[in-house]
Amino acid sequence: MHFLVCLKQVPDTSEVRIDPATNTLMREGVPSIINPYDAHALEEAIRLKEKVGGKVTIISMGPPQAKEALKKAMSFGADRAILLSDRAFAGSDSLATAYVLTVAIQKVHESDPVDLVFTGKEAIDGDTAQTGPGIAQRLGFPQLTYAIKVRDLNDGWVTVERKTEAGREVAKAMLPALITVEKELNELRYASLPNMMKAAKYEPEYWEAKSLPYDTTQLGLKGSPTSVVRIFPPPARSGGDKIDGMKDPQGAAAMVVEKMFQQNIIMTHPLAKGGKH
Amino acid sequence: MENFDVIVVGGGPAGLAAAISAARAGMKTVVIERGDYPGTKNVMGGVLYSRATEAVIPEFWKEAPLERPVIEQRYGFLSGDEIFAAAYRDPAWAGPPYNAHTVLRVKFDKWLGQQAEKAGVMIITETVVEDLLYKGDNVVGVRTGRAEGDLGAKVVILAEGVNAFIAKKAGLAPQLRPDTVAVAVKEIIQLPQEKLEDRFCLEPGQGATIELFGDSTDGMLGTAFIYTNKDSLSVGVGALLEPLIRKKWTPNDLLESLKAKPYVKRLIQGGETKEYLAHLIPEGGYNAMPKLHRQGVMVVGDTAMLVNGLHREGSNLAMTSGKIAGEVAAQAIQAGDVSDQAMSVYETRLRDSFVVKDLHKYRKVTGFFEDNPHFFQVYPEIMMNAARMFFTADETPKKERQKQIMKMVFEHRSKGALIGDLFGAWRALK
Repeated sequence: MHFLVCLKQVPDTSEVRIDPATNTLMREGVPSIINPYDAHALEEAIRLKEKVGGKVTIISMGPPQAKEALKKAMSFGADRAILLSDRAFAGSDSLATAYVLTVAIQKVHESDPVDLVFTGKEAIDGDTAQTGPGIAQRLGFPQLTYAIKVRDLNDGWVTVERKTEAGREVAKAMLPALITVEKELNELRYASLPNMMKAAKYEPEYWEAKSLPYDTTQLGLKGSPTSVVRIFPPPARSGGDKIDGMKDPQGAAAMVVEKMFQQNIIMTHPLAKGGKH
Repeated sequence: MENFDVIVVGGGPAGLAAAISAARAGMKTVVIERGDYPGTKNVMGGVLYSRATEAVIPEFWKEAPLERPVIEQRYGFLSGDEIFAAAYRDPAWAGPPYNAHTVLRVKFDKWLGQQAEKAGVMIITETVVEDLLYKGDNVVGVRTGRAEGDLGAKVVILAEGVNAFIAKKAGLAPQLRPDTVAVAVKEIIQLPQEKLEDRFCLEPGQGATIELFGDSTDGMLGTAFIYTNKDSLSVGVGALLEPLIRKKWTPNDLLESLKAKPYVKRLIQGGETKEYLAHLIPEGGYNAMPKLHRQGVMVVGDTAMLVNGLHREGSNLAMTSGKIAGEVAAQAIQAGDVSDQAMSVYETRLRDSFVVKDLHKYRKVTGFFEDNPHFFQVYPEIMMNAARMFFTADETPKKERQKQIMKMVFEHRSKGALIGDLFGAWRALK
């Protein structure tokens, strides 16, 4: 069975700065990691490969340095990695990104049919959760989003548990299908040494825009109907009041209770008799 | 199990220099590093010497991520709010072949790792070596913490740094003792380039270093330092663990106390602390040097205690030892003999180099200053008093003033003790 994982390299931690002029994330000098949701997507693909046999192909769109994320992904046991890297892709929103990835997946699919595509539910640097569904739509694959468990993969069907607002939902789809995953899906592995060595020697395939049949009007900024108007950190919270409890602990306690009443943090029970407190 | 000619444990300057020289001699070489990439777990004060680096990467300054070439070295004694300082500046040091540069290890070591990869070295990161692999008494590789984690090698070079876990297990490194190890802490304090250059009287791009003795370490054996990076300062302090414990100083308090000194405060004013780093420095010197080799194994860099504390040299000793070890490994493997005898060529060559010669020269220094703590306590005070009296202009005739200065000196230290100190210091440093 052929599993394909879409993977994005993202800046680590919340320490990312924002360029005030362009409203884009300043990635320079910020350590990069595999988008955590994508790491779980990859892990699931590799687990299934180990269970039912087959292979795992990884596709990523990003700058040349995203190669590092792909090499790292290889160390977990993937078989092939493709980096879609071209200036023409720069500035793509989730619509254009889904398009770029879809065309590449179709090319892989032609020579080596894909059974199951995995993506993270979203990337931590954009939080849109649109790219996975966008790919499924363009590929014409059924999509199973927010998966927290793959229950079954059999007879051309895949069954998953989905995380919903109300609880869990068991859903199945006919293969080929696309699954977007939550972190609860699995525990990431610690790569084996032979796989680390294999990854260290591995060079991902490098695909440029011209090597694929793209409609260039759908790529990059041109192909992106959404643009980020402004990114800004949430306003800093002002510090709270300090009540010194050293001199008069009882008075301080009373003051805390009073303040909690004032801000409706605690209330007198309607059935309580007597005074306020 | 995959087999290599040379396995290097640790991706610091010593390990990477070893790997590069082994790979250049045609050896199949792997470096195993526990951090995300070489540099992430590596700490030093921040001065990299050019000669030892150039021996590994010729004209490294053309590409390496360096901060500033050091054109001025300033030494100062602190006593209370006072300072007595001397500096040497040579603008020629701002150009090739340079003498030293300030560096940030996380950037520099990453780059050095890339150079190693270019030389054909494989670097395996995020992987911890847990032990050496033996076949009978012979070392035949290493065991890592990963699944199927054994790797075979003809020679293992231990460049694991000061903690030397594997070297200790193999009986090649002694337990660290409070009197042979210093603890150093530093902050990276960000400062705009122009401000930094103004404060240190530097042309754009040039760098300076300051070492401070005396009250900077509360009179303990150690130093404080301020190094200029591109747009930040490395400000730190280190002292032997033994007096730190005895005097109940935490390294952080010592650093805060340094930053509050009037002389230092002005230099770092308005800066923002971006990073906080701490590291152990093996200061045992010649007498604490472990056995440097055994069959199939060599120890290099901090693991081998190759640090010249007095001259704040370490990375250059590390790289030189690594380079020699890499070459010796290649020769031994090519000759088909990795016995202890074959590895001993490494020790011989190291002893013939400045590395062990310098350590040998200063073998008595640490002990001497430990036994004579007044050097870092009484002498700074004498210097301050003498300088203050000498430079103060009042109505005292100069001849009278000189007499006063001599009297002050002898009040702090008797004539006999002074002569004894002078002789002792000469013996320790000769």
